[in-house]
Amino acid sequence: MKNFQYVRPTQQQAALETLAQDDKAMFIAGGTNLIDLMKRNVVLPEKLVDINRLPLRKIEPTSKGVRIGALASNSEVAEHPLIREKFPLLSQALISGASAQLRNMATVGGNMMQRTRCYYFYDAALPCNKRQPGSGCGALQGINSKHAIFGFSDKCIAVHPSDMCVALVALEATVLVTGPKGERQVPFKDFHRLPGEHPERDTNLEKNELILAVDIPASSFTQNVHYLKVRERASYAFALVSVAAALDLDKGTIRNARLAMGGVAHKPWRLMEAEKALVGKPVSEETFQQTAALAMQGAKAFEHNAYKLKLAPNAITQALKTAAGLS
Amino acid sequence: MADEGKSEMTLPASDDHKKYNETRRTFLKQSSLLTAVALTPPGMLQIVELEEKVDEQFESVKVTLEINGETKELSVEPRETLLDLLRERLDLTGTKKGCDYGQCGACTVHVDGQRINACLAFVIMQEGKKITTIEGLSKGATLHPMQEAFMKHDGFQCGYCTPGQIMSAVACIQEGHANSKEEIREYMSGNLCRCGAYPNIVKAIEEVKNGGAKG
Ligand SMILES: Cc1cc2nc3c(=O)[nH]c(=O)nc-3n(C[C@H](O)[C@H](O)[C@H](O)COP(=O)(O)OP(=O)(O)OC[C@H]3O[C@@H](n4cnc5c(N)ncnc54)[C@H](O)[C@@H]3O)c2cc1C
Ligand code: FES
Ligand code: FES
Repeated sequence: MKNFQYVRPTQQQAALETLAQDDKAMFIAGGTNLIDLMKRNVVLPEKLVDINRLPLRKIEPTSKGVRIGALASNSEVAEHPLIREKFPLLSQALISGASAQLRNMATVGGNMMQRTRCYYFYDAALPCNKRQPGSGCGALQGINSKHAIFGFSDKCIAVHPSDMCVALVALEATVLVTGPKGERQVPFKDFHRLPGEHPERDTNLEKNELILAVDIPASSFTQNVHYLKVRERASYAFALVSVAAALDLDKGTIRNARLAMGGVAHKPWRLMEAEKALVGKPVSEETFQQTAALAMQGAKAFEHNAYKLKLAPNAITQALKTAAGLS
Repeated sequence: MADEGKSEMTLPASDDHKKYNETRRTFLKQSSLLTAVALTPPGMLQIVELEEKVDEQFESVKVTLEINGETKELSVEPRETLLDLLRERLDLTGTKKGCDYGQCGACTVHVDGQRINACLAFVIMQEGKKITTIEGLSKGATLHPMQEAFMKHDGFQCGYCTPGQIMSAVACIQEGHANSKEEIREYMSGNLCRCGAYPNIVKAIEEVKNGGAKG
């Protein structure tokens, strides 16, 4: 691994200034994604700004819901009584990700910023517009079994690998960030980007900005929720397709719904049309199948990922059934 | 630097200094073997020594951490992983390197009581932390109950994954995630076993859980 400078600021301002001074500087939190990528020469920072001494680890109730600090670990969040009670969908999504060891290390901010697991991105010898703009998308005509079925471009068909983010987009979280121009709030659905012409940009976090926290508004989605993750083995693998489903039920009728998918697009894929269509409908397998069909409109497969066109709607139906207590 | 005083430390990059130094050291060693040093004008040797010191400063930084109850003051390069430190420099080879990318769990150790993958941790980021490896689990000749249970239940074949499995298993119980076979399997899924000793590993964990795990 290429060596680098190391700085460990204890104050936010110092962290931001240090990052801004150096074009090749990067923040490091849990290190579980960055160190992996550095070992493979995919990311080559010349300076690491270790943010672990910044006071961004708290998980606390707010007047509107909960605020989770960017440095809270994935396991701390998953296990926190407030999250388990009021935001069980998030807890489920987190526990489905990685391993107990990795969740102890991984942070909320790092999880949001993790890079795609596309093999063309991961292998520095292969073409990839995300890693090296202009080199081409190797997956487009290559091995694309894990790739996107929604929102891709001819520049990039990679998917975002996070489970946590699928739950956060469904729960309408907001990201609090700070940077040279001060603090701002970004709705979670606008935090990650579609590839378009610039797949090298995963998110709308500006250069030299730091994620401070994630706010989740209190909601009625505390009971009938389910995070379904379909993968190649029972545990410790990335999702082929995942579904975050949350229902607010009035006896047998759906009062309100949230639905999002992972493993299908360059960002966590919120299904707002399908959510709207669920409102007022009776809880039934038929309702959920119709929703799944609606959710799949516009999906398109590549050579090796056509299975996702079948798997995804089945996963949606199943996740909704489990959330509603039907299965 | 604008953050001076606010940062705990700042290190300049050393990049390929190490390689450069190694070559130079090898050269110096070889040349001394050939007694060429005796022929070198004294002034030149001094310059070499001076350069050496400066380079060493670039190469490494001091870190203090506690490993298996012993305080260690070490000099490390920023890029050195905890796994490489344990195995290559401290001779604590119980912790294994399986994949080196967080995918197998062979390198599992405890940092401040929590299980982590040592292959994805920089030593420099562990300043002030308490690290426990498999070597620190037993008390002298007395094995940890989890070690006993792995032996009793044949929780291994080749044994390569075993130190990681045991470190993970101890944490699994401490975290309260060993309440059923299913839960144990899920929370032990970060530890792969190519020999497939899983059923016996689960049995060992259940036994320690039911007998009350120590430490
Ligand atoms: C074997 C393996 C299996 C995995 N399986 C899964 C899985 O099933 N599901 C899943 O969702 N994830 C999985 N992961 C990914 C894991 O969740 C991420 O690696 C982790 O969440 C990253 O968090 P971190 O704190 O370690 O980030 P780091 O590695 O420290 O940082 C990642 C990136 O985030 C940036 N960053 C970190 N914090 C901030 C901040 N506060 N502000 C701005 N930028 C920041 C860093 O600069 C860096 O670019 C897996 C990882 C491994 C190695
Ligand atoms: S060696 Fe660390 S997880 Fe495999
Ligand atoms: S005992 Fe051989 S890998 Fe587990």
